Amino acid sequence: MKYMSEYRDPELAKKYLEEIERTVSRPWSIMEVCGGQTHSLVKNGIIDMLPDKVTMIHGPGCPVCVTPLNLIDKAIYLASEKGVILCSFGDMLRVPGSQKSLLEAKAEGADVRILYSPLEAVKIAEDNPDKEVVFFAVGFETTAPANALSVVHAHRRGVKNYSILASHVLVPPAIKAVIDDEESKIDGFLAAGHVCTIMGNSEYHPLSAEYKVPIVVTGFEPLDVLQGILMVIRQLEQSKSEVENQYARIVREEGNPEAQKIINEVFEVHNQTWRGIGEIPDSGYAIRDKYAQFDAAKKYNVNITEAPENPLCISGQIMKGIKKPFECSQFGKTCKPTNPLGAPMVSSEGACAAYYHFSGMVEA
Amino acid sequence: MQLQCPMPKLDFDVITLGHGSGGVLTNKLLDSGVFDLFSNDILNERHDGAFLELDGKTAFSTDSFLVSPIFFPGGNIGELAVNGTVNDLAMCGATPKYLSLSFIIEEGLPVKEFWDILVSIKYACEKAGVQIVTGDTKVVEKGKGDKIFVNTSGLGPIHPKANISAKNIAVGDKIIISGNIASHGMAIMSVREGLEFDSEIQSDTTNLNHTVIKLIDEFGGDIHLLTDPTRGGVATVLKEIAQSSEIGIDVFQKDLPIDDQVASACELLGLDPLYVANEGLFIAFVSDASADAVLERLRQDEKGKNARIIGSVVGEHPKQVIMESGIGGKRVISMLPGEQLPRIC
Repeated sequence: MKYMSEYRDPELAKKYLEEIERTVSRPWSIMEVCGGQTHSLVKNGIIDMLPDKVTMIHGPGCPVCVTPLNLIDKAIYLASEKGVILCSFGDMLRVPGSQKSLLEAKAEGADVRILYSPLEAVKIAEDNPDKEVVFFAVGFETTAPANALSVVHAHRRGVKNYSILASHVLVPPAIKAVIDDEESKIDGFLAAGHVCTIMGNSEYHPLSAEYKVPIVVTGFEPLDVLQGILMVIRQLEQSKSEVENQYARIVREEGNPEAQKIINEVFEVHNQTWRGIGEIPDSGYAIRDKYAQFDAAKKYNVNITEAPENPLCISGQIMKGIKKPFECSQFGKTCKPTNPLGAPMVSSEGACAAYYHFSGMVEA
Repeated sequence: MQLQCPMPKLDFDVITLGHGSGGVLTNKLLDSGVFDLFSNDILNERHDGAFLELDGKTAFSTDSFLVSPIFFPGGNIGELAVNGTVNDLAMCGATPKYLSLSFIIEEGLPVKEFWDILVSIKYACEKAGVQIVTGDTKVVEKGKGDKIFVNTSGLGPIHPKANISAKNIAVGDKIIISGNIASHGMAIMSVREGLEFDSEIQSDTTNLNHTVIKLIDEFGGDIHLLTDPTRGGVATVLKEIAQSSEIGIDVFQKDLPIDDQVASACELLGLDPLYVANEGLFIAFVSDASADAVLERLRQDEKGKNARIIGSVVGEHPKQVIMESGIGGKRVISMLPGEQLPRIC
């Protein structure tokens, strides 16, 4: 497959692995921030192919996993309301709220629909003027432009029965929070390629300079990930701390200015709660007052009591790289993809779920 | 498929509750051409059940079909229902002979659509060489079904040379797949509401009985196990077999046959083709000594032209399926916790 098979070439992968082996002289811990990269690492069996000296730490970069429990409860509440069509990206459906998941709400009769594009939700709203259509707008900077565009689109077309329940999280503040944690010991980062496609690399330069860590903007194919790891290790071995762009075929230094413009039109930065981690300053997007009528949280004024997370879950430590999934006493026992106790087990991109499915730690 | 059976003239356009009541409307519907369409000596008796002559060891299987949309690229729910049960019987090493056919119809289904489904069933039966010998039609209120559900059950004598059992699987057995994976599931996805995308992907729904019986005729007991990876895809059936037979299975990603368009669609939608449904595909566990010959023979058949050896049975890691990725890394293949859901990014 063009632009795919080239980045899955076994011979080139072998060469990268040999080069990593030759370059690494001492143990290094590298965090891949994005869940898509975690998925690629485990799906391709890369973790076991790396030299022992290289430890991959799986970061908080699964937007589905870090969506606050309370917001999921709100989505489920709205979906269960009569006359509401709740649209969502697919993998949000299985994420357990405090009582149930959207999939269970659907089974009980809620009109929950899986979409790939929020613009499709606007169309559903136009086709169903007697219904309220809510799009569960979850994601990192990557999905923000499309979600923002749906709001602008609905605004222009005068669609009154469309709104979004937004939970947008931002990568650079999360990296900062991980480094600031005294317990975490991360030597270098693979930054999320698709986020940088939108936002560019500029936010990473001050981080890299302040904390003296190498940050390599990296893609998602096996060769991307291997090259990204090699680039981080080369910097570490030479005591460098720079921002480099492995994913140059997609990511430009300035990102996508048009996409940024539409994000800024609809959203403003605010403090955001991350499930399993807590509140991180300036780490999310809220809908600007100008578009308040499209903000489902304001439009419906849903008040749901904050439900407590399961105290046995150590997801915060997992997502900051302090502990590995199999170091958790509940992993694979009480906590499984069919019965997740916390954030990283809920989506296939979450570190615990990825380990559970692919690494053979436990029987399915 | 070209539909060559003209629809009978009827004084109703949609199926209503009355068509399932057993009364005048039911008879009107059935007499309008349904019986003629499937006409054979056993069915024509029009008794409460079918009188069958069975001889020797017989396979019996049943399956229900609920697919949305009911018409999809490469087929419809009718031929799916015939092929599904025909293939289940073939996986037992049987020659499918008789089918029952039951419909649960949601009122409001256009008669034209029902007729198109019936005609597809007729052609699918002819291709597979099976007869519809008994059936039933029920109609449920609007909102209590999804247009139409179909159930088929089937019977067929086991081929005398067949010895299909998971107990026969041995270390060293080769695992052969009969064609490209994930086509059916992705064909359905391409027309599912809200997810539509332009593609030429067609469902692979087809009857496999003639292909399979030819292999059994020639290779008999060297074919240890046959299974069709429908729901849950290739990954799920391999894991089920590994677990229930307590064997280890190694598979190689590079050897998995997949159409380029299907592979691209899976990438785009964030789905793993290993878990996507197939409807015209089988997996055979074959003795090491015969594997190459079986593969060669299978590849001469139109329905097996893309067949490949994808892995083998190993003594190590009992109950586990391990896949070597395209770049040589290893991962464990497990079952899905539920329906495969598209990933966010």
